[in-house]
Amino acid sequence: SVNPDLASERGAASFSVEKLTAWLDGGAEQTRIRRAVVEAIESDPVFSRENQYFQNQNERYEAAVRKAVHLQRKMHEMRWTENGPELKYIYRALSGDVAFLLHRVFMRCISVLGSDKQIAKWIPPATQYQLIGSYAQTELGHGTYLQGLETTAVFDITTQEFILNTPKISAMKWWPGDMGRSATHTVVFAQLYVHGQCYGVHPFILQIRSLQDHSLCPGITAGDIGPKMNFEHVDNGYLMLQNVRVPRENMLNKFCEVQPDGTYIKRGSPKINYFTMTTVRISLISDEAILPLMKACTIAIRYSAVRRQSKLKPGEQEAKILDYQTQQEKLLPQLAAAYAFHFINKYLQELLDRGYREIQTKNFDNLPELHAFSSGFKAMATQYCTSAVEICLRACGGHGYSLLSGLPSLYTKMLASCIYEGENTILLLQTARFLIKCFSAASAGQPVPPSVTYLSAVKAGKCPAKNKLDFLSPDIYTEAYQHAAVRLISSTAAKLQDLIQSGVKKHEAWNQCTVQLAQAAKAHCHYTTVKNFAETVQKLETEAGIQKIMKHLCDLFALHGIFSNAGVFLHDGYISGAQMDMVTASYLDLLAVVRKDAVPLVDAFDFTDKSLNSALGSYDGQVYQRLYEWAQKSPTNTQTNPAYERYLKPLLHNTLSKL
Amino acid sequence: AAAMAMNADLRRERAAATFQPELLTHILDGGAERTRRRKEIEALVFNDPDFQHEDLNFLSRSQRYEQAVRKSSLMVMKLREYGIADPDEIFWFKSFVHRGRPEPLDLHLGMFLPTLLTQATPEQQDRFFMPAWNLEIIGTYAQTEMGHGTHLRGLETTATYDPATQEFIINSPTVTSIKWWPGGLGKTSNHAIVLAQLYTQGQCKGLHAFIVPIRHLGTHEPLPGITVGDIGPKFGYDEMDNGYLKMDNFRIPRENMLMKYAQVEPDGTYVKPVSDKLTYGTMVFIRSLIVGDSAHSLSRACTIAIRYSAVRHQSELKPGEPEPQILDYQTQQYKLFPLLATAYAFQFVGAYIKNTYRRISGDISDGDLSELPELHALTAGLKAFTSWTANAGIEECRMACGGHGYSRCSGIPDIYVTFTPSCTYEGENTVMMLQTARFLVKSYTQVSSGQRVTGIVSYLNELPRQRIQPQHVAARSVTVRISDPASLVEAYKARAAWLVEAAAKNLQAELNHRKSKEDAWNRTSVDLVRASEAHCHYVVVKLFTAKLSEITDAAVRTVLTELCLLYALYGIIKNTGDFLQAGIFTDAQITQVNQRVKELLAIIRPNAVALVDSFDYHDAHLGSVLGRYDGNVYENMFEWAKKSPLNKTEVHESFHKHLKPLQAKL
Repeated sequence: SVNPDLASERGAASFSVEKLTAWLDGGAEQTRIRRAVVEAIESDPVFSRENQYFQNQNERYEAAVRKAVHLQRKMHEMRWTENGPELKYIYRALSGDVAFLLHRVFMRCISVLGSDKQIAKWIPPATQYQLIGSYAQTELGHGTYLQGLETTAVFDITTQEFILNTPKISAMKWWPGDMGRSATHTVVFAQLYVHGQCYGVHPFILQIRSLQDHSLCPGITAGDIGPKMNFEHVDNGYLMLQNVRVPRENMLNKFCEVQPDGTYIKRGSPKINYFTMTTVRISLISDEAILPLMKACTIAIRYSAVRRQSKLKPGEQEAKILDYQTQQEKLLPQLAAAYAFHFINKYLQELLDRGYREIQTKNFDNLPELHAFSSGFKAMATQYCTSAVEICLRACGGHGYSLLSGLPSLYTKMLASCIYEGENTILLLQTARFLIKCFSAASAGQPVPPSVTYLSAVKAGKCPAKNKLDFLSPDIYTEAYQHAAVRLISSTAAKLQDLIQSGVKKHEAWNQCTVQLAQAAKAHCHYTTVKNFAETVQKLETEAGIQKIMKHLCDLFALHGIFSNAGVFLHDGYISGAQMDMVTASYLDLLAVVRKDAVPLVDAFDFTDKSLNSALGSYDGQVYQRLYEWAQKSPTNTQTNPAYERYLKPLLHNTLSKL
Repeated sequence: AAAMAMNADLRRERAAATFQPELLTHILDGGAERTRRRKEIEALVFNDPDFQHEDLNFLSRSQRYEQAVRKSSLMVMKLREYGIADPDEIFWFKSFVHRGRPEPLDLHLGMFLPTLLTQATPEQQDRFFMPAWNLEIIGTYAQTEMGHGTHLRGLETTATYDPATQEFIINSPTVTSIKWWPGGLGKTSNHAIVLAQLYTQGQCKGLHAFIVPIRHLGTHEPLPGITVGDIGPKFGYDEMDNGYLKMDNFRIPRENMLMKYAQVEPDGTYVKPVSDKLTYGTMVFIRSLIVGDSAHSLSRACTIAIRYSAVRHQSELKPGEPEPQILDYQTQQYKLFPLLATAYAFQFVGAYIKNTYRRISGDISDGDLSELPELHALTAGLKAFTSWTANAGIEECRMACGGHGYSRCSGIPDIYVTFTPSCTYEGENTVMMLQTARFLVKSYTQVSSGQRVTGIVSYLNELPRQRIQPQHVAARSVTVRISDPASLVEAYKARAAWLVEAAAKNLQAELNHRKSKEDAWNRTSVDLVRASEAHCHYVVVKLFTAKLSEITDAAVRTVLTELCLLYALYGIIKNTGDFLQAGIFTDAQITQVNQRVKELLAIIRPNAVALVDSFDYHDAHLGSVLGRYDGNVYENMFEWAKKSPLNKTEVHESFHKHLKPLQAKL
């Protein structure tokens, strides 16, 4: 039975949860497909995550391999295909708890960077799992800065082979997933040397384990890199190479090739590779940042409607903690952010699809914008969502700290996303480089890409709001964000210019401005997210109830941003002190408004109990019973206590009292 | 690996320092003699083969618990063998043995024994204290329930007095009333001090403490009527058996209620305690420990991140030159140096509270409790302020180490998961901030009604005078000198006063609109928390600044002054909105503050490694491959990884179980 405290929340919903779910999915048909996939996966005991919190690294890894193997069977059985509409829901249904994700990257890498001949040779056996691939780029000493990689591949003209080496400890490949225990092959990135000349980093296909008994090939040292904050199910690995030889044909050579006589040729532009990075970044925003945040909000908000603590009024029942303003101030802005990022991600996805179509026609014009866009948003969304999930975790008090709440593992998994596929600070600086370039183009009257046209239409003036209700107007707050973004970009550009003109070298000037540059890039992304949210709400033609609540969320997201970054908006007096008080008042009023629909708003994310895997966040709200039941299943309770016989017993039976 | 030479980058960094790190270490320890003694105890523990073990990162939860129990029992014996009895020295010893992690006897040593000392009658002390001292009785302190934490009055466990048998009947009447979280309860303890609502003669007399035996002294099996176990895996605290406890009509003799203050007589008559202010003292003490823990946890994270950033080279700053240390990037400095400054600030705040507590607790035993409410209010807020800041700071340090920070070998994940519950336990942080706010509002109301307030809130006295002037915001423009710490203290003071006044006025406005005090309070609570934070921030800047004048060595004073300035100015950048809106700073000054912070980053840069060396953490205590004193990071990461459980066999069993059949089938 549903806890009455949750039932009453649902009874009071101002909109149809089912309709909102369908809209979020992109139509009722999508919802149907998604639910069918989730049902098929969750009803299969092999995919169960029930004991996940009690398993150690070895057990988690084994389970992930088992699931990956079983998934092949399942897909076949369900007639799901690699290009079908179901695919994107499978990962979601498994909560990412599956092995061989790098195997897919291995295949994609060969498909994008390999010649037709190479594709024909490697992709069929990889598809059949006759070999398992990985992707070995990152080294102990180098991550985001690819040019710095130290692994070497020296062309030996006499044998027509490349000799791969790890010349020093910091050059050891480190972190690649599926490599520690599973992979038989990998794509290794190494500095190519021909006739003593270095041609930069290139990818090579390399076998690392025997296809017969899985033992390591000669010259290969490989293993698992040890425990991490999460990803226990993944065998992130290390790889050391000592004079390992691969045939000339193993260098991926769609864009460049070493000919038998050692001549190095380049053909075409590997710009497409940027597109691959962009695609990966965008897909991870949704899977690794937004979905986990939606889950965390679901858990924390449902729990806050069930948990009662202290009294708001003497003589009354203890209040739901969701009724405390401070609790609302923690959780509801995170809920609004989950929606905001969902919409910006949809928008990005559309841009990406358009970009893909253009690339098919060899039009690379929009690639820089798309690249800058995806870098900035990857950084902003992963950072924002990570701290948001941590806020949800801490908002659940002590019980949030239990693994059984589901929150710690959501948090520790997603925070890795701030680093992989480009460390966030570096990505923000890439976006900043694009913005500075566009700003100077705009100042010179040259055309700029659509997402930054606002840089050429700089308006002077002050925020026109006269009372707190004015701040519920999207025009008012969107302009405030735009103003802040323009100010930060233009002042940083000016400072950069000043430094260079005063004789500071360009790179040094850049380093001296990086803190501001990163801030400017964030302001740009924040502005775009607010603007996109407001436009999404405006275009929303579904029934009024949904539009109304979405408008509240949009207002909340926007005003929370102004409230929390007040200095940015006050700085040049665009928003006055008196107006800032209005922002605060409006913002706090909104908390009470959104509070009423908080539970339906997380219900609309439509996560099953199994996918939440949380004793605190289940749909029925039977929090305490579940916590108690789950705890009893812990091995610490089902197995004997070895410490008692060995240490406690001698201790209690007075070996000490003789002292 | 131990014999490796020091990494050249770190050697260069250390040689370039402008001050002697040992002198700063002495200041942090409270004197050269105390540093000497600390290192002596450190050597005692780290050179003792009994306290060696495999890297905890490779052990299962059950193994970690077992190691902790083993070390704890040895620790108790050795402390007595060595005659270590001074509380600080015991604290050091314990922290070295367990490397800053919790252990299953924490509650026995830290709560059970002290509670017996302060709340048990002489008869009860005779019965329980010596057996507990000798660990025949291992106890815990069972307060928190599944449904109630910080709000103690809501606890549901009952203790009903039965005059016929002169016993209390202890019950857990609901699922939510099950005791949940107490450390050492799950597997280790055989007794618990249980907090329960006392019922006698049909009336509820509120919360009282009872000594409840929970396990058989011979077999360690739970007693009939007792259900006890471990609450399962957590974010951290793997070595701690946090437990649950359910009691069904469990009877204990009347004499097991802790009756030094309140009493139940044989016929059931209840005798009220004289004063309950004394329990404040314990709370203040424990919160002061958390402030210290905030400082230490953040200091350890900074040590790791800064040393690693000096060893790690990446990308290029100047075309054609070797890759620079990542510590040379402005963005990296901007992440780490303000945290380093914060760690120092919190070290000094922790020491201040501890000393003040010692001074006041002297007064308490003489019966003078006048300073207690202020200290209580202050420590509540500072506990929240420092633990929130440190919590976020540790994560920033980890992020600043990139991918390798995410590996358990960096040690930062462990620092984080061990530290983060302190935002919740001993008073949830938001609730703590609101307690401080209550005191601030009370003080403000006193000032408004013409009274003067004293102590750390005395700045509120200046508010009415300022209000005489019509345009108070503009009129207040303090002329702040941004390179003078004392002047920055004034700026923070002005901000705190501004926010306290705003919150108090908003509260009054809500009261004018509504009837219920509680509703008005709730509707103002976001403002109230902001006011408390600003107050605490002011206190921290003030205490850091005050510390500077005590430093005699000129070189050390210079570098600490730079850190103090960075701490204060960075806080202004992070809270620019407040300082602008309150009219304390102009736009132009804020631009200057931004510029000055970046200058300070460059000034502090050459001393960064020496500044973390001064924290003087032993490598074994730090528990980090990235933060090693010798800086030989990569070699040791490889050594460490080779010991990982997944590497125990060359071919993992799942190959035979799953992969091979898969390849055969497809």
